[in-house]
Amino acid sequence: MKFQAKYLIAGAALVALTVIAFSVGRYPVAIADMLALLSGQAVAPNVETVVFQIRGPRVLGALLIGAALAAAGTAYQGMFRNPLVSPDILGVSSGAALGAILGIFLSLDILLTQLFAFAGGLAAVGLVYAVGARLRGHDPLLALVLTGVVIGTLLGSAIALLKYLADPYNQLPAITYWLLGSLAALSPREVLHALPLMLIGLAPMLLLRWRMNLLALPDDEARALGVDTRRLRALVIACATLMTASAVAISGIIGWVGLLIPHAARLLVGPDFGRLLPLAMLLGAAFLLAVDTLCRTLATIEIPPGVLTALIGTPFFLWLFALARRSW
Amino acid sequence: MTRLLVFVAFFPAISFAQGVVDATGREIRVPAKVERVYAAGPPASVLVFAIAPDKLVGWTRAMRPHEAQFFDERYAKLPELGRLTGRGDTANVEVVLHSRADLIVDVGGTGASLAALASSVQQRTGIPYALFDGRIESTPATLRALGRLMGEVASAERLAAWFEDELRQAKERLARVKTQPLVYYGRGTAGLQTGGRGSINVEVLEFLGARNVAAEARAGLVTVPFEQVILWDPEVIFTTDPTFWKSVWGDPRWRAVRAVAARRVHLSPHLPFGWFDFPPGANRVLGIWWAGRLLHPKEFDVDLRAKTREFHRRFYHREPTPAQLDALLGEPGVVSR
Repeated sequence: MKFQAKYLIAGAALVALTVIAFSVGRYPVAIADMLALLSGQAVAPNVETVVFQIRGPRVLGALLIGAALAAAGTAYQGMFRNPLVSPDILGVSSGAALGAILGIFLSLDILLTQLFAFAGGLAAVGLVYAVGARLRGHDPLLALVLTGVVIGTLLGSAIALLKYLADPYNQLPAITYWLLGSLAALSPREVLHALPLMLIGLAPMLLLRWRMNLLALPDDEARALGVDTRRLRALVIACATLMTASAVAISGIIGWVGLLIPHAARLLVGPDFGRLLPLAMLLGAAFLLAVDTLCRTLATIEIPPGVLTALIGTPFFLWLFALARRSW
Repeated sequence: MTRLLVFVAFFPAISFAQGVVDATGREIRVPAKVERVYAAGPPASVLVFAIAPDKLVGWTRAMRPHEAQFFDERYAKLPELGRLTGRGDTANVEVVLHSRADLIVDVGGTGASLAALASSVQQRTGIPYALFDGRIESTPATLRALGRLMGEVASAERLAAWFEDELRQAKERLARVKTQPLVYYGRGTAGLQTGGRGSINVEVLEFLGARNVAAEARAGLVTVPFEQVILWDPEVIFTTDPTFWKSVWGDPRWRAVRAVAARRVHLSPHLPFGWFDFPPGANRVLGIWWAGRLLHPKEFDVDLRAKTREFHRRFYHREPTPAQLDALLGEPGVVSR
């Protein structure tokens, strides 16, 4: 199959999933009402609230966050030449978690807590990059990854300290829920805040996607081809961090998407970054949307997405892995 | 010296006289005079402090200024000793030992893991560790048992009898209630966490016989989908989160809920200990009057100020000043109607 055909199938699946996601939920919305809403006719106010204020933002949020995490993961796996790398390798999630937990600990309101999370993610990666770049005499990628792991651990212990000091009845559950990740409370405002940040992060990556392959080469070879890998790498890190931090700030930490979706995409279209990135984004968006739709419809209570991403993701990935080996 | 050790090892019964069976069925033997009591969690602190404030060796968490204002300074200044309740413990066993407590008390759950913790701490420290049920209906019995252990039978009996009478009065009023509105308890800044049937977090609601819309959810704290709350369409919402209470009025999503349209979203007072949910101790008896009055204004036409004053006098040993009462009950959302 040509890779264009695979794009088409993934795109069609995404559209179908989006339609399904819009039409299911705990609050029953009739197809007729949905069509009426689409054509701008008046419906019961509750139906309008459910579709535009609750379900809609959640569907859009899942699409955006899934695509952003998958794109960041794809960029990192290519750049670090390592299949075990996920978007949080440079500490963005730990930094965001520390920021959010500090916000909860100080009883700040939601917007400020999210700002803290976003700033925490950026600051953590900034710190890792600044320290890693100063560790001379090592492979620069190795220095970055190691610094990321070490500083991530440091942030983890700061998180543990805040959890320990938090009020066990009120703040501790709030912290636990944040760390589990959830799209349950996503509001239109939050999606609108995250959208431009994600686009700013995504645009350079999409524009430079063909050149990104060179990042997988050793530095001297890439330089021989006329690419300043140091600058390109810094740009990719900045973009991936911006996308991941804005996603994590509104959803909490959702694992698995950034680690496994890039693999799934690579199994389908091969390692060329130019072909890989768009497909990874389509798959990431579809996957998180499917997971979140199940999270909010299966039971009276919310199911944490992290549970389902692993539960659905593992067999799906293994199936794809087996399938791809046969066709290669 | 050796002889003394042998003596202590073989005749523990001489120094440990009073015996009481705690909620886990373990027989707790305490010295004839219990002067210093370590309360392992906030619900235990409230009860021990109420029975004999001078016997409490410290709080699990140092009083913050806004909490301290309700207590006599010497009690507010008691040291921070940490929690020892099996969940997010902060207490150091050496600190517990150093507090020279004659007795450790925990009030709340009485499950197997907590019983094991109590036995283990008791074995390591040599300090008797008693565990009692913290549910609202069990509070009078817990007070009496604590009183016997602490050698404060009369004081504990006064509190237990008063508490029983409050519950009896509330039940009498409840018997006159004809319709129960649909109630939702929204926790957390987004208001989407709640408690199902049997959850300690909604014990006040269950005591009041309220129709908790989330009853079908499992016991314990859970997050529910927004659409589910709209589907439940509760008539009254209680919360403990000021951020949620403030944001609920301007949020178009919440306006789809009857309680918000009718302005029946109520924020529970939380000083010095919460009225509605946490800590899950005797402090919630005020929550019964507060929530009862909001749900059934006719049947629960009680003087909340007088109730608050009396509870503070009996349990916290100091009546709040009129200004403090104004602040407690006048906070936006507390009695907004």
